[in-house]
Amino acid sequence: MSLPELGPLWLSLQLAASATAVLLVLGTPLAWWLSGTRSRLKPVVEAVTALPLVLPPTVLGFYLLLLMSPRSWLGGLWVEVTDTTLTFSFAGLLVASVIYSLPFMVQPLQAAFESLGRGPLEAAAALRASPLDAFLTVAAPLSLRGFLTAAVLTFAHTIGEFGVVLMVGGNIPGKTRVISIAIYEHVETLRYAEAHTLAAGLLLFAFVVLVFVYVFNRRLPVHVA
Amino acid sequence: MSPEHDATGIAWTAGSGSAASPELEARLEVDVRVTFGAFDLQVEQAIPATGVTAVFGPSGSGKTTLLRSLLGFEAGSRGRIALNGDVWLDSEAGVDVPPHRRPVGCTFQDGRLFPHLDVAGNLGYADRRSVGASAVSITRDDVVDALDLEPLLGRRPHTLSGGERQRAALGRALLSRPRLLLLDEPLSALDRRRKAEIMPYLLALHPRFGIPTLYVSHAVDEVALLADRVLVLAEGRAQAFGGTVEVLEQIDLAPLTERFQAAAVLEARVSAHDDEYRMTWLDLDGQRLSVPRIEHLAVGASARLLVRSRDVSLATERPSPTSIRNVLSGVLVSLHQDEATAFAEATVDLGSHRLRARITRASAAELGLAVGSPVFALLKSVSLDTRAGR
Repeated sequence: MSLPELGPLWLSLQLAASATAVLLVLGTPLAWWLSGTRSRLKPVVEAVTALPLVLPPTVLGFYLLLLMSPRSWLGGLWVEVTDTTLTFSFAGLLVASVIYSLPFMVQPLQAAFESLGRGPLEAAAALRASPLDAFLTVAAPLSLRGFLTAAVLTFAHTIGEFGVVLMVGGNIPGKTRVISIAIYEHVETLRYAEAHTLAAGLLLFAFVVLVFVYVFNRRLPVHVA
Repeated sequence: MSPEHDATGIAWTAGSGSAASPELEARLEVDVRVTFGAFDLQVEQAIPATGVTAVFGPSGSGKTTLLRSLLGFEAGSRGRIALNGDVWLDSEAGVDVPPHRRPVGCTFQDGRLFPHLDVAGNLGYADRRSVGASAVSITRDDVVDALDLEPLLGRRPHTLSGGERQRAALGRALLSRPRLLLLDEPLSALDRRRKAEIMPYLLALHPRFGIPTLYVSHAVDEVALLADRVLVLAEGRAQAFGGTVEVLEQIDLAPLTERFQAAAVLEARVSAHDDEYRMTWLDLDGQRLSVPRIEHLAVGASARLLVRSRDVSLATERPSPTSIRNVLSGVLVSLHQDEATAFAEATVDLGSHRLRARITRASAAELGLAVGSPVFALLKSVSLDTRAGR
């Protein structure tokens, strides 16, 4: 049995880690806003956030491809600033992954923040903690489970993406050939042994991650207000 | 607090809106309106920012809403709130100081300790954020000592009993070094035994730290024991305001409290201690009362007594010797018969004090009780305010 090259695996891990990091930064304030707002825009924002869950990846990938192409404003701007194209690049994959995995970060966080209720934050405010202070020192530590769930789901979901990557990234070894693409290509070229190794590895990875989440989640203290 | 505070207490009502004088500076001005749905709270009252003021009323009367409005948590609050001239809310001028910038400390009914921190962490949370920001000088050691928190410091909130939780929450509120302390029914979630555990701490709080306190409660006995003055709320409106003794005597508490809670407060003077039977004799306008020995009150000191109306029986003649030691003579001044029940509520005038008695309508008829006739009140039990220096 020939071992497949492991480049696509490392690329997938890099992509998933980067997407998770970016989404922690972007998704947390969005989830926080959603959990507390009484704005009439809330359902609209929630719908937009959930879109990647229901759209076929090819639809999302298609529009992302148009948006990132050098002829669009975003793609054009990217070319001007970096001298490379956003499509068929790691950066392009990252942008696509962030959008594609957005609901997996935002929804668990929003649920965690909403379950906190207003009590702990009011208590913090009465102790002179500013809203940001109260978020960092009370809401965030009390939402650890939510953060863990959101981060792991985002990471795992990014590892598993295929359609969007294929549309905007193509299949360039070392740049955009992630593990799911590599498996697809091995199957296309009838190299089932390599496909098996990668596919089984991914299966095992997903299983181990989920077991880890469930075990760890049970160990984290439940904070009942 | 001077023993005469109740005499001055009721005078404060006249102070609302009058010209500024140095004493009137130390006050909380409240003129707020909060409306949501069918509920409408409208309170206009200047409250002296000294001592303990009870905010008293049945559940649903708006006590907690008033408190939340003071804290800045009721976004729909309109009107004006100012403490000693510092404006926290003035909706006409567009002023609405956010909660974390109002120098108020509070405890909530459910405690609301941070579950991810132990008791020391909870205290530290308040301590760190107020230590440079407040002119009130309270040290962590003071608070730990006053509330006996030392053995609890390393414990998480979920391992504490209800009473311990309230003590820790009180400590945390004190360590926010507030200029006004708001206590929202700190005893309501506790059973009788735990209440008795916490009461001494609450009683000691104000004398030790001197922070003006609003004490929200729907229990007459707590109000009678703790408060210097009372603001009575019902259906979102202030019904009465004044010294505790006067307010509890004058207003008709029956609609505001559950019936069994109705009570009167008496102020008596210690006339002698009896070493043999370990009793203390009290003088109430020339009549004698005896209670189990009060160790910390000297002869001549004044003691505040709470008498629940269910603990008072009436007689038309001075009863022959019974085990009930306290019999007071007075005049029946009112008798409210509740036709829907077996009971009547009688008010007996003792001179400068009034007592309430809950008796059956049948006994009222058999005794031939009539307003204006002399009666004897038999006190089955008397609760005592244990604060020194009254």
